[in-house]
Formats: sequence, structure tokens, C-alpha cells
Amino acid sequence: MKSRKTANIEPAAAEPAEADKPEAQDGMGRTLTPRKTEVRLGREIQVRIGQQLRAMYDDVVNQGVPDHITDLVRRLSEQDDGAQ
Amino acid sequence: MKLDPAIRDQVLATVPSLRAFAISLCGNIDRADDLVQETLLRALAHIDSFQPGTNMPAWLFTILRNLFRSEYRKRRREVEDADGRYADTLKSNPEQTGRVEFEEFRAALSRLPSDQREALILVGASGFSYEDAANICGCAVGTIKSRVNRARTRLADLLAIDSVDDFGPDRATRAVLAGGRN
Repeated sequence: MKSRKTANIEPAAAEPAEADKPEAQDGMGRTLTPRKTEVRLGREIQVRIGQQLRAMYDDVVNQGVPDHITDLVRRLSEQDDGAQ
Repeated sequence: MKLDPAIRDQVLATVPSLRAFAISLCGNIDRADDLVQETLLRALAHIDSFQPGTNMPAWLFTILRNLFRSEYRKRRREVEDADGRYADTLKSNPEQTGRVEFEEFRAALSRLPSDQREALILVGASGFSYEDAANICGCAVGTIKSRVNRARTRLADLLAIDSVDDFGPDRATRAVLAGGRN
């Protein structure tokens, strides 16, 4: 321990920083890198969410108007006073 | 009096989208069709209150949503068991997105609070403006915006978990980058 202190004069200056580094590095390393990944992942997922949302919705929209609904609307719209 | 054919056609033109919205609320095609039918009965009975030239889809969506809230909510427990029947509505299986991925998406969507899911559908799928969506839901524009944002964030979280599991490279890349720091 003491031999290190005498041997490493330059690192001695860096020592306080080094003492912080292990924690700071972990903090930096583990938060920064995933963040970048998450942002990229986030954008991809937002695009996918939009696409799938519309795909799901349009799947029903593309089924058009069921016959019984068309009949119902036509019947009601021809009624003279029934709708009131 | 007879219904103006132009108005009738506007009503019919809205039906496909109205059904899609109803299914997203009910999660069940049969209930959704009942809800659409009730909505149309009510709308046509009160067609005088519709102002020609205004937004027919927004008007019908509002009626449908109010009906759903007042009647179908009471049957919540039944409504929740949506899963099985919904698949039946998907006549054209969306192969392009992948069946498994699609099921994952549906599952994630079903885990959203109903007000967030509703806002997301109205804006993200039905194509309503935030203003129209706010009118349909009877709330402030800011409320709709925050619901949509929360819905997107939550969905992304739910789907990201799957993605990280699915795509090995992402995990490996993380490990390499994390390791490289030390």
C-alpha cells in the first residue's frame, strides 16, 4: 500500500479521481450505454406500435359494413316517423 | 321524415371505423356489433341534433363511447374476458407483421388502462385530431395528449422487454459496451 504511494507519484494525483471512478464509471457505463440503446429501441418500437395499431384497426375497417347494419340503417332511414 | 340520403351515406361510411373502435373498447366482436347497432339506433333517432357539415365520425364515436361507458361498463367482468373471440374478428390474418408479434402487441395493448388505450386508438388508429378525440372523450386536449403519451411509453416498455429477449445482438452489444468500460 505504502510502496504504491511512493512508487506512483503521477497516479497519486489521479488517485482521488480513481477512487471516484469505479463508482462513476459503473454509473456512467450502466446508465449511458443502455440509454442510447433504449432511445434507438424506443424509436423502432414507436414505429412498430403505430404500424400494429393501424394494422389491427384496419383489419376490422376492411371488413366493411356488415349486411345487417346496412339493412338496419336503410330501414330506419326510410321510416316516416318510426325513428322519432 | 325521411333521412337525407347524403346523411345516411355518411353514417354508413363511418360504420367500419365505428366497429373497429367498438371492438377496441369491448374486445369482443359480438358485443361490439351490438354496441354499434345501439349507437346507430340512437343516432338515427336523434339525427336532428346532428349539424350537417360537422364531423359525422366524431358525432357517432361520441354516442358510441357514451353508450359503452354507461351500459357496458356495468358488465366489466364479462367484458374483460375479451381474448378468445377477438381473434375471430381477424379474418385477414396480418401475416406481414407476424402472428406472434401481433399477439404480443394485442396483449400489451390490453394491459393499458382503458382511458389510455381509448385515446391511443382514437388518435393513432382512427386518425382523429387531439381536439376531436378530446371532444369524443369529454376531456381537455392536454388530457388526451398525456394519455396518448403515457400509452405509447407504457406500450414501448412492455414491448421493449420482449425485444431485448428476442434480439440477442442487443444484449450482446450491451455486454460488450459495458465490459469495454472496465
